[in-house]
Amino acid sequence: MGIITKVSGPLVVAEGLAEANVSDVVRVGSQHLIGEILNMTGDRASIQVYEETSGLGPGAEVVTTGMPMSVELGPGMLDNIYDGIQRPLPEMRALTGDSITRGTDVPALNRDKLWDFSPVAKPGDELGSGDVLGTVQETSAILHKIMVPPGLKGTVKSVESGEHKVTDVIAVLTDARGVDHELTMIQRWPVRIARPYERKYVPSRPMNSGQRIIDTLFPIAKGGTAAVPGPFGSGKTVVQHQLAKWSDVDIVIYIGCGERGNEMTDVLMEFPELKDPRNGEPLMKRTVLIANTSDMPVAAREASIYTGITIAEYFRDMGYDVAVLADSTSRWAEALREMSGRLEEMPGEEGYPAYLASRLAQFYERAGVVECLGTDARQGSVTAIGAVSPPGGDISEPVSQATMRIVKVFWALDSSLAYARHFPAINWLTSYSLYIDTLRPWYTEQFGERYMQNRERAMHILQEEAELQEIVRLVGQDALSPEDRLTMETAKMIREDFLQQNAFVDEDAYSSYLKQFRLLDMVLKYDVLCRDALSRGIDMNGLFAIDAREKIGRAKMADPNAFEPVYDAIEAQMKAEIEELSAGGEEQ
Amino acid sequence: MIKEYKTIREIASPLMIVEHVEGVTYDELGEIELPDGELRRCKVLEVEGDRAVVQLFEAAQGINLAESKVRFLGHPQQLAVSGDMLGRVFNGMGMPIDGGPDILADDHKDINGLPMNPAARAYPAEFIQTGVSTIDGLNTLVRGQKLPIFSGSGLPHAALAAQIARQARVLGDNETFAVVFAAIGITFEESEYFINDFRRTGAIDRTVVFSNLANDPAVERIATPRMALTAAEYLAFEKDMQVLVILTDITNYAEALREVSAAKKEVPGRRGYPGYLYTDLATLYERAGRRQGKKGSITMIPILTMPEDDKTHPIPDLTGYITEGQIILSRELHRKGIVPPVDVLPSLSRLKDKGIGVGKTREDHAGTMNQLFAAYSRGKDAKELMTILGEAALSDDDKLFAKFADEFEKRYVSQGNTTNRSIEETLNIGWELLSILPRRELKRIKPEFIEKYLPETK
Repeated sequence: MGIITKVSGPLVVAEGLAEANVSDVVRVGSQHLIGEILNMTGDRASIQVYEETSGLGPGAEVVTTGMPMSVELGPGMLDNIYDGIQRPLPEMRALTGDSITRGTDVPALNRDKLWDFSPVAKPGDELGSGDVLGTVQETSAILHKIMVPPGLKGTVKSVESGEHKVTDVIAVLTDARGVDHELTMIQRWPVRIARPYERKYVPSRPMNSGQRIIDTLFPIAKGGTAAVPGPFGSGKTVVQHQLAKWSDVDIVIYIGCGERGNEMTDVLMEFPELKDPRNGEPLMKRTVLIANTSDMPVAAREASIYTGITIAEYFRDMGYDVAVLADSTSRWAEALREMSGRLEEMPGEEGYPAYLASRLAQFYERAGVVECLGTDARQGSVTAIGAVSPPGGDISEPVSQATMRIVKVFWALDSSLAYARHFPAINWLTSYSLYIDTLRPWYTEQFGERYMQNRERAMHILQEEAELQEIVRLVGQDALSPEDRLTMETAKMIREDFLQQNAFVDEDAYSSYLKQFRLLDMVLKYDVLCRDALSRGIDMNGLFAIDAREKIGRAKMADPNAFEPVYDAIEAQMKAEIEELSAGGEEQ
Repeated sequence: MIKEYKTIREIASPLMIVEHVEGVTYDELGEIELPDGELRRCKVLEVEGDRAVVQLFEAAQGINLAESKVRFLGHPQQLAVSGDMLGRVFNGMGMPIDGGPDILADDHKDINGLPMNPAARAYPAEFIQTGVSTIDGLNTLVRGQKLPIFSGSGLPHAALAAQIARQARVLGDNETFAVVFAAIGITFEESEYFINDFRRTGAIDRTVVFSNLANDPAVERIATPRMALTAAEYLAFEKDMQVLVILTDITNYAEALREVSAAKKEVPGRRGYPGYLYTDLATLYERAGRRQGKKGSITMIPILTMPEDDKTHPIPDLTGYITEGQIILSRELHRKGIVPPVDVLPSLSRLKDKGIGVGKTREDHAGTMNQLFAAYSRGKDAKELMTILGEAALSDDDKLFAKFADEFEKRYVSQGNTTNRSIEETLNIGWELLSILPRRELKRIKPEFIEKYLPETK
């Protein structure tokens, strides 16, 4: 047992903790505040406390639990909201009211709830780490697989079935030395250590997000990493919410790290109402929320990211595709900086600790497509997407730069687009995806070569528009040739009629691959037809003013289930109108 | 038994070191008794062994190391709260300064508050009509939102904030309103402007004022907004009132924080502000909101003057990352005589989407809002081009957009400080302006609304 000698905000120093290990979780003071040991010097431990330390002083006791910071993994996590150190917020509310009071001790998984456990293994089966003992239908959307914990193998001695609490013994495993291990539905895992897997693969399938600029221009692979940097008001959170809603993954872990309380409430209220476009289940049934809002203790903010990714890895180990959305990694980095400052460490750039980049890299590296432990060679993936909030929107700062070195996809949000209410405000000139080449085969196989060809054509037109705009700014539009004017017109259509997507309109919030393809294809067909007409000397103003243009502008609002006939009709009209103009033009 | 210490070791305002203390805890409130009996307050920032680092809330002037006594009170800083606070004026430390009696406390509250459990929050969704078109129509304020005004020195933010306080109401609702006003390091004149306005409209009887003026101790400013928010929480969540909190000026608050941080010799972050400025501001702003099962709400309008009108300065920047949008005032519009000079394009209300539409404002609100934004943005681009190349360089459409931008500023934005427009009026003016544009450009509005609301163009 240790005695506190110093308190400075969330940092506490205690003596007499010779028996404790670095990274142990400790209980501090009479209120048993939760803390974690950062450093040890002799028997002096520097402890970061995950709760407000007001009222704590020298002389108070510190007790180590002898365990590193861990999470409880098992049924009951989905459809739930936790704080940064995995305490369930609804249960805390029931215990302590509307505010978060200190020293509240609530188990992460409900101890009383009964789960219907159906065994898969039989007595006598030889099982290794990661093999499935049985399953629990955790929510209507997700079948929870109860696995043999990593590091354990042996022969099944007995296995239960039927209704059980998470703490009940559901199987007994006898290892090679003849020792019996009683297994419950709970696994514990230290959050700062990545969970083991058999092997890792290079990601090769895209994650469908239903967002046109993402899926078509800058796709992310399942098991990939992405960053969404942007100044405030540019729509980072809306992009993150859209991904959480519409991504074609099995499980979503949403980490609200140092962000607004109302945003978490928004997710909590909205997700149960929204249906997954693929299976019709409420989205909340596949979602775990981790909330350390900006008014909650800063030390737990640092832990929240690890709590989230560890839960993600656990679901991955069942063979699921998991997406981790962290909003925002900048707040996590600031929490790191704050603790580093209090530890009086030598600061690196802008006061951030020198280990900032390596910590960020460790986090993103926990993403990936893996073959899970277990004999059935199932595959799972963790896709990590982090928002970055650079001060003043200037991405030359350390967190953005360290993130850019690691992630493969970069969706750069732009405030000038946001001011013009072009949403999602992802800048098509500065964003990139390094998965284009690895994903190309998939797109080609699904939709033919035209999908990627269209993408390249669209990117080319947008690039050309940026150059033409320079000229227009200097000498005006009249100096451009009709072909260049058409390029600008097409680019405008790509921007307004294709890239802009309204997250708050039901018909537009989610766009299937096919709808995306047809929509872009339509705009590019218009471009080809007009270019052909221009080459035959037809007046461009007539071409730009055809009636079909307004319909193309509204095409994205077409019913997601019945858009094809609408698009066919628009294309036919467009063609007819251009032909008519051409005929008229040639007669003269 | 409260001990007294005469062991002040060092004073370097605003910090003081007391030695040989026992049982002192972090964040505890203390009292310093000067030889002449005067009391000053302080709080513990750090304790190490028997040595406490203490932050003074008032000037250090006159404190004698040998003779002054320090007592630690065993609790963090508190505010005595009661329903009688309405209509009263307090100083930045929560002491009445209007000559009235002390408050008979219903309760004493820790001014730091407690973080609100996100699972207990109710999402803000009730439309507040402020009567200001640029807010109601384009950057809608809802109950429980925190929406700052980003201003600059010499811009009329006070007039806009007072106008909002005066006109704000929730449609079809007669619940009790209260205003909590915290003057943080502003001048007497500016503070009087608000108080006189409250007095003139009779709002003073439902207003609580916390006043830390420019010549009051800077360190006291760290406590002032917390006092105000503690009072607001009490009125909202225990007295079921709809509370509007106006905090002005957050820039002064952040500077006081920097002063204390520098005195503690902390590693500075950007521009010398402490690395925890974000967290610290968040503990203020996040106290706005609604709670499930509670009638009351806290809507917050912090005002901050951006140094050099620079939105990327740490104070507006970090504020913008926490608050649910921002209303930005523009010097250019102010020079043009636009009142209130709200810069519409970079302004934003994040919660507007839940507060508008059928049953709240009107069905066409969302579409027209987006269309007005997009059209104004394009109009401004066109005008910029026009100044470089002349009007002839614009296409016919762009000329219309440029005209739209001018009319928009004149008729929509510039409504004056006394006009109180209903949401219907605001929406209808929007339609009149949109009728300047070719109809095929109104892509963001559903065709049936265009049929229904667009005035006939001549």
